[in-house]
Amino acid sequence: MATGLLAVWWVVASEIVIFGGLLTSYIMYRLSHDAWAGQAANTNTAIGAFNTFVLLTSSLFAVLAHQAAEKGDGKKAARLLYYTIGGAAMFICVKSFEWNMEISHGYTITSNTFWSFYYTAAGIHALHVIAGAIIMAIVAKDAAKNLELHRVELIGIYWHFVDIVWIFLFPLLYIAK
Amino acid sequence: MAESITTEAPAGEEEHHGHGQPSFWSKYVFSTDHKMIAMQYMFTGIAMAMIGGFMAYAFRMQLAFPGIDVPGFGIVTPANYNALVTNHGAIMIFWVAMPVLIAAFGNFLIPLMCGCDDMVFPKVNRLSYQIFLLSSVVLLSSFFVEGGGFGGAWTAYPPLSAKAEYSLTPLGSTIWLVAVALEFVAFLLGGINFITTAMNSRAPGMKLYDIPIVVWMIVIASILFLVSVGPLIAGAIMLLFDQNLGTAFFDPARGGDPILWQHLFWFFGHPEVYVVLLPALGITAEIITVFSRKKLFGYRTVLHTTIATGVLSFTVWAHHQFIAGVDPRMAHVFTLTTLLISVPIAEMMFCYIATLYGGAIKLTTPMLWGLSFIAEFLIGGVTGIFLGASGADVYFHDTYFVLAHFHYTFYPIAIIGTFAGLTFWFPKMFGRMMNERLGKIHFWGSIIPFNFIFIPLFVLGMGGQHRRIYDYSNFPELALPWMQDVRVLATSALLVMLSFQLVFIYNFIVSLRSGPKAEKNPWKSNTLEWTTDSPPPHGNWKELPTVYRGPYEYSLPDREDDYWPQDQPS
Repeated sequence: MATGLLAVWWVVASEIVIFGGLLTSYIMYRLSHDAWAGQAANTNTAIGAFNTFVLLTSSLFAVLAHQAAEKGDGKKAARLLYYTIGGAAMFICVKSFEWNMEISHGYTITSNTFWSFYYTAAGIHALHVIAGAIIMAIVAKDAAKNLELHRVELIGIYWHFVDIVWIFLFPLLYIAK
Repeated sequence: MAESITTEAPAGEEEHHGHGQPSFWSKYVFSTDHKMIAMQYMFTGIAMAMIGGFMAYAFRMQLAFPGIDVPGFGIVTPANYNALVTNHGAIMIFWVAMPVLIAAFGNFLIPLMCGCDDMVFPKVNRLSYQIFLLSSVVLLSSFFVEGGGFGGAWTAYPPLSAKAEYSLTPLGSTIWLVAVALEFVAFLLGGINFITTAMNSRAPGMKLYDIPIVVWMIVIASILFLVSVGPLIAGAIMLLFDQNLGTAFFDPARGGDPILWQHLFWFFGHPEVYVVLLPALGITAEIITVFSRKKLFGYRTVLHTTIATGVLSFTVWAHHQFIAGVDPRMAHVFTLTTLLISVPIAEMMFCYIATLYGGAIKLTTPMLWGLSFIAEFLIGGVTGIFLGASGADVYFHDTYFVLAHFHYTFYPIAIIGTFAGLTFWFPKMFGRMMNERLGKIHFWGSIIPFNFIFIPLFVLGMGGQHRRIYDYSNFPELALPWMQDVRVLATSALLVMLSFQLVFIYNFIVSLRSGPKAEKNPWKSNTLEWTTDSPPPHGNWKELPTVYRGPYEYSLPDREDDYWPQDQPS
């Protein structure tokens, strides 16, 4: 396997255990606290579903960018990566709106342990979204000049990982009420 | 003689990449050369070891002579005492054992033993060290803030660690946690580099079973670290929020559970033991094969048992929690897995002893360290069986028996392993030989007092002496005259051991400046690092080597030389 690819997969492996530890803790608590279902009822499933859609669409752009990079079309790959970054920006905006609303309704990180997990898990995930978008901007800048095109695939793998974490968070925090 | 065997590696010049004399900063501080980064890790680790050793000196003096004005430290207050024991533990594991054994030896040995010019990501490697250095500074700074350094023990169990009103170190505990988190980031970056380099950059011809055991062990240790540290990072974030934002992840009064932290901590903490053990075992394997002139007994057995140990190490963590409310049925399961893990380790020990059997043993300083590793680690391993069995552990838990047990594992790992590796590779690292006589004086001056520190502590532990007590004179049943005498004995032995370290420092500095010049291969070893100059030039070889055989072909009956370097065509 190419060196860069290998390294990215190891990064993903180390990230999986971070989120794995956090989500396993959450699930263990959730199973022993039936009352959390009532708290989870206050999360907004519609907004969560919309954000899921936004992230999945951004992942599609990342795949198309990889395809363009494979063909050697750096300009197109860069443009598609910028769309992906747009998706990330949209996700963060929606998230801020959502949190703003929840905090104004009195649900803060200290309200109870469900909300602590809610803000901690989604917050760490949001940091990954921001970090991924920044790295993607750097990759896109080079790709537009047809430089380092193999990196488009690497950031794509990372982006799918960030996406999949959300796929776990969404049902755990929003759907299971 | 060394030249005759190194046909592949012509004598290199200092700077063969064409650029002129590098400045001080680019050569020593911002270097991306794996050898320089290894030295940075090594010297930072040794500096932290001195700080950690000084802490041990201060609190051992307090235990032997309660209330004494400790020379060089002053009066040890209860808060000082807590901060000292906490940070002694954290420093010795995270800032000494890991940087020296994994990062320093890993950085130095992996490219040289795999036959490549540098790590695959040199800049990531440099970043890894810089973050590590930052973490050391952050940790030490915690001693100078209001309330002093964190005093909730290196395991940082909540609620003690989560609430400032319990630990009395509002800033110290947060700074400590941030420092540990930074240190983890540094080792994640370093570990990814080690794994990818060993997987992708080996010399042509080096198949999986031609890789020297020490490289395998460092790579397996890095993988173990990478896949075990995640839950603790998640836990550290939760603890940080509990400390500073008022969440209640670990507060039972508000719906949290302090036991969760223990699970997250030890899920990492137990594999961590193997993370630092494996490199030390690997260093020992290299040394005993070279100085007994024999092939490593059961290369594949050693390798496969290492992997088995790694896998099993993820299933034993709750043996640290037998008295923390773990269901007794679960305790049986963890007793079983814990006793099971001693099987592969014992197998490895037998392989090492079998390697020595019938060998032409040469008792050089590195060999003495290597042999003492096996002897002392055995004591640590065997006493661990008592603690792994839940029935006995209920009585031994949190006594000095536990403390003596894990010092009998960590001292061989962190101290013996480091000195073994340092004395063995010193000629390659610095191009000069160390003084053997001083080396042996230092060896005996460290090993004998070590046993005089910790065997008495086993006795105290069996007498019921509890850990983490500031002053035993408040406990009549633990303040018996014989017990105090044993404490004084242990502390005196510590003073002797610490003073003998001056011999090493003297030997190190004098050998560095005026030791006899080392040839390419002073120990007549097979592995690739001995085929280049001592010290290796920038880029390691002028022409990268090709590998033709495994690393342990010693004393073959049909060959004139008793060794057969990996890069020599047959």
